[in-house]
Parts: sequence; C-alpha cells; structure tokens
Amino acid sequence: MTEQTKVAQKNKRLIVKLGSAIVVMFCFGFALVPLYDVLCEVTGLNGRTIARSDTASSLIDESRTVRLQFTTSVAPGMPWQFKPMVKYVDVHPGENEVVKFKALNPTGQRVVGQAVPSVSPGLGGLYLNKTECFCFDQQALNSGESVEMGLVFFISKDIPEELKTLTLSYTLFNVTETAGAGIINIPAQRQTLAANIY
Amino acid sequence: MNTATTTSDEQQQEHHDHKPKGIMRWLLTTNHKDIGSLYLMFSFLMFLIGGAMAMIIRAELYQPGLQIVEPNFFNQMTTVHGLIMVFGAVMPAFTGLANWMIPMMIGAPDMALPRLNNWSFWILPMAFTILLSSLFMEGGGPNFGWTFYAPLSTTYAPDSTALFVFAIHIMGISSILGAINVVVTIINMRAPGMTYMKMPLFVWTWLITAFLLIAVMPVLAATVTMVLTDKYFGTSFFAAAGGGDPVLFQHIFWFFGHPEVYIMILPSFGIISAIIPAFSRKKLFGYSSMVYATASIALLSFLVWAHHMFTTGMPVAAELFFMYCTMLISVPTGVKVFNWVATMWRGSLTFETPMLFAIAFIVLFTIGGFSGLMLAITPADFQYHDTYFVVAHFHYVLVTGAIFSIMAAAYYWLPKWTGYMYDERLGKIHFWASVISVNVLFFPMHFLGLAGMPRRVPDYALQFADFNQLVSLGGFAFGLSQLIFLVVVIKCARGGEKAPAKPWEGAEGLEWEMPSPAPYHSHTTPPEIK
Repeated sequence: MTEQTKVAQKNKRLIVKLGSAIVVMFCFGFALVPLYDVLCEVTGLNGRTIARSDTASSLIDESRTVRLQFTTSVAPGMPWQFKPMVKYVDVHPGENEVVKFKALNPTGQRVVGQAVPSVSPGLGGLYLNKTECFCFDQQALNSGESVEMGLVFFISKDIPEELKTLTLSYTLFNVTETAGAGIINIPAQRQTLAANIY
Repeated sequence: MNTATTTSDEQQQEHHDHKPKGIMRWLLTTNHKDIGSLYLMFSFLMFLIGGAMAMIIRAELYQPGLQIVEPNFFNQMTTVHGLIMVFGAVMPAFTGLANWMIPMMIGAPDMALPRLNNWSFWILPMAFTILLSSLFMEGGGPNFGWTFYAPLSTTYAPDSTALFVFAIHIMGISSILGAINVVVTIINMRAPGMTYMKMPLFVWTWLITAFLLIAVMPVLAATVTMVLTDKYFGTSFFAAAGGGDPVLFQHIFWFFGHPEVYIMILPSFGIISAIIPAFSRKKLFGYSSMVYATASIALLSFLVWAHHMFTTGMPVAAELFFMYCTMLISVPTGVKVFNWVATMWRGSLTFETPMLFAIAFIVLFTIGGFSGLMLAITPADFQYHDTYFVVAHFHYVLVTGAIFSIMAAAYYWLPKWTGYMYDERLGKIHFWASVISVNVLFFPMHFLGLAGMPRRVPDYALQFADFNQLVSLGGFAFGLSQLIFLVVVIKCARGGEKAPAKPWEGAEGLEWEMPSPAPYHSHTTPPEIK
C-alpha cells in the first residue's frame, strides 16, 4: 500500500508539471502574436514596417535614384474609390517628396476608412521614411465627398545599392463600425514603435 | 478505481473482473484494454466516414466539370475529410494502440490514470458529433480546408464555424489528456528493471510523441480561439484592418502543424521497429540510434514550420534556413530506414500480413519522404506549392505511412487481443488489394501536380482528365479494399484457430509472455525483466 501511495504521489507531481507545461504552451500560442510583431519590426520582415520619421531629411545622395511605385486597393466591404495620383516617382535617397492619393465616397452614407501600408520587397520598408501620411489616421468621408490625401516621405541614404525599385501598396479598409473603438489604432502604434527603433 | 488495480490481492482482483454488462461496461470502463479497443473501433469508424468523403471527392473529380456536388459542398468534403482522418482516424488509432500495448510492454498493470483515460476517450465522440452535425446546418460545415487559414476561416467562413472551433478544442483536450496519461504511465509505471533503454521502440516513440502533443496541441487551441474571437467578437489577430496579419495565422498554425505531422508518424516508426525484427528473426539493428533519431526528428520538427509558407514572400535568408533545416530531417529518418533494412539483411524472413504491411511501409513511406525533400527545395516548391504534388506527398506519408503501419500493428497484435488467429489468406488479399490500389490512387497525383493541377478544386482543365479517372478508380478500389479488413477483424474477434501466447516465432517483448487473449488485467505482479 505504501508503494501505491508513493506512486500516486509521483504521478501527482508529474501531472502538475505536465499540466503547467500545457498552460505555458497555450499562453505561448498567444504570445506568438506580439512576438511576431516585434520580430517583423526589428528585422523588417513581411513588408509591414515602414519607418516613421518626425524630422525631414537634410542630406541628399544625388548620385543615384530610387523609383517608388504606388498601388492601391480596397478591401471587401469598402465602397470607396481610391487611387494614387501618380503611378511612381523617382527620388534621390534623402530627398523629401510629396505624393497625393485621391479617395471618393460614392455611397449615400458616411464611411470611415483606414489605410494599411505594405512595402515590397519586404526589407525595403526599413528605408522608406514617412514624415506625414494619411495612413497614420482614419479618414471619414460623407456621402459623395472626395479628398486628396498626402504622403510625405524620404528614402534613407543607407538604402542598399541593389534596391532600385520599391512598391508601396495601400489597402483601404472600411472601419465605420469599429471607428473609435480603439482597436483600429493599432497600426499607428506599430509605426510609432518602429520609429522608436531608429 | 485508481491505481488500486496494481494490488495482487486476489479478492480485489476478482471484484474488478465483475464488470457492468452492456453499454455501461464501455461507458464506465477504466480498463486500458477496453479503452484501447474503444479508441481503435472509433478510429476505424472515423476512417470509414472520412473515406466515404474521399469517395465523394474522387467521384466528383472522375470527370472534368461539375457532376455530383456543388463547389461549396466539395470544399466541405475536402475539409472534413482532412479533419476526420487526422484527428479522428490516425491520432485515436495510435492512442488506442498505446492504451492496449504500453502497459503490457512495460510491465504495468494498467495506465497510470484510468479515470482520466475514460474521459479522454469519451469526449472524442462528442467532438466528432459536433463537427459532423455542422455539415447539416444552414450555410454548411467548415469549407476552408483542414488548415483553416484566415481569412477563409474568419471573414469568409460559414456560420457554423463556432462548432468547428469547439470540436477542435474537445479533440485537443482529448489528445492532451491521452498524452499526459502516456507520459505518466511510461515514466512512473515501468516494472522494476525496465530501464529506459530496455523499453520497446513503440514505447519510446510514443513517449516522444506524447511530449510533442503536450507542446503543440495547446498552440492549436490558442489558434482556434483566435479564429473564434476574430470571427465572433471583433478582435483582429488575423485581420489587417484592425492591425492584425493573415500571415501570422500561418505561422502559428504551422508551428502546431509541423510537429503534428510527426505526431502522426513517430508511433508508426515504433510499430515498424517491432514488426520487422519479429519476422526477420533478428534483433533490431541499431536500437539506440533509433531512439536518438526519433528524439532528433522531434526536436527538428519545431524548426521547419515555415517550409509550408515559402510562397508567402519570406526573405531569402529565412527560406534558406527553413529549407536546410527541413533537409536535415532526412538524416535521422534515413538512419531509421537503413536500420530497418539492415535488420532484414540476412534475416530468415517470412511474409505474414503484418510483415507485408511493414515492408510496404518502408518502401512507400520512403517515396513520400523523397517527395517531401523535393518540396523542401525552395525554388522547386514555388512550382509544387498548392498542387496535387503536395496531395500525393502527404498521402504517401499518411496513408502508406501512418495508416499502413496501423494496419500492420492491427494484424500483428490481433491474436493477442482476441485470442484467435486472423484469416491469413484474407489478410494477404487485403494487403495486395490495398498496396496496388493505393499506388494507382496516389502515384499519378505526382504527375498531375507537376503538370500544374491545383489542389482543392472541384473542377479542372481537360488535359488532366485521363489521370484523374485513373486516380479515382484507384481510390474506389482502395476504399472497397478496406472493407476486407473489417471482415478480417470481425471474423477474428468471433473465433478461429486458437492463438498461442506467442504466435510469431521471432517476436520479442513482455506482451508475448502473457496468454492470448491477454487477461483483463495485465501484469498483476511485476514481470521479471531479463
């Protein structure tokens, strides 16, 4: 009998250990979400990290030019028309540049939009610095309204030679229902975090 | 009833043999053999249901165009076929074998946690009732593939997705409880003298599998929970509009998903390592290297998940890392294959049905391993990704790998379970019908995939028609062949030639020192370990 209680105690200890491993792994599943974000921001993987700079660049590298192409799309459920006003710009690294995007709300209701950027190739995002961008905030358009939205950026001088063309893509999401709920501010926070890294 | 079953007290022993009659015996049982049988019967039922879905899929693909089912229903069939085969057929079959064999193999009287064992089985039928019932609901059941990539499983998913999520939760809990039981049994219940390096490889591979289950099933639970809250509660884990990322889903899913594929193959390695020496009448070649190879496969399985995601636009450095890690896995796997072949080398081989399935496993699983290596090559994967080549690959490792090993195990241990020999002639017919039809079924899929036929489509371009017809015919033949197995098992359970304690001349292990059929309580006094 003592042998049995000894085994039962050993079993209990092992079950507690295994049970806590299970709890830890369940939490680890959720911890992967912020870990993934941090990893993407630090390494620039996945094209989501676009540096946000509060100060404009002053030194310009005139020896080379980089082409920045623009592409836009609207997510399902977003009724706006959304277009860049130029297809691309050629800039010297370090040169400040302004580009405009046009959005039109053709529906009968007020709609709030949030643009989410992405850069291709993914690592190029590390060298694209935005000083102003409509994607930092939500945009609200009343029925039939249109707006020209500005983006001010420069490309870092330390951009590698082989990166000659970058593509900046914006996807516009309809966030009318969740606007102000707090959830939608996450992209802005992410960019602030990225800016802190530099 | 707790570990009191360990007692050698005669009276208590007798008391335990008085089991309730009828359905209550099975509902309330805490006996490892009863629960093992329940798992095995349940898994075979699921195998037939999942197989019936595969028959619908192959009937639709028999000709180009849409003949039999709607595309949405077709998608539900591919999804639920995958879920049932993975969580309903293969995993419970291994758990059933573990329940039956591990206490007998390590000299324990029962599993360490018998009541937990009862629960871990009986929640499984609940999970699958929920999953299958969702097929009959308005809007249909899950139709997003067994991998349930967001946003297919969030934004675009049917209303029944919550049921899918709960079903996965319950299946996960079931496997976790089963894994805890296996670990505790193996670590604490071994007979005196049964050191770790004396354990049969089936026990070793299951111990490692159980640790994998404990590590990754909670991550799957977390993933489906995120899908649930994204779809119903407005969170944005995987929705870009709210700051989430759909690619994140794939990372989390495959962090679970890749170890999961090893969960479905490591116990097979243990089975084959028992059967090959038995019918070669030789000791297993390289026992300790087998143990280390299994452990290194399990560790490496955590470092390769992104090879499922080469086309998501990863940087080249990450692609190369995952490519090399994936290729590295072929080294320990190769060690195993060569060890089995070396075991057979100059052995006095006989070819009873378990041996036939085991040899077919080695040959065909290796083919699946090779196509896996092809898929691991990043640039080549850009062509193979999401084609029938992938379908061919994972069916070779799961059907001719995992399922064939389960068949081999069933034939090998049936005399021990029932006390009767199975019908060898029918067994051989089952083997040859299966091995021929399975290759007609899956081998041409390689060519379809290389020629560019995408997976998960109800319709396809005309140039794929001939091969698809061949594949479908192979599929129907393979499906029907499995009914022979059902006949063999029923016949064997009902009677036949009496089986001796050790029906296989070369077999080794404590399970063969018990009479056939094995008594209701195993090793009531600890056996002597030589």
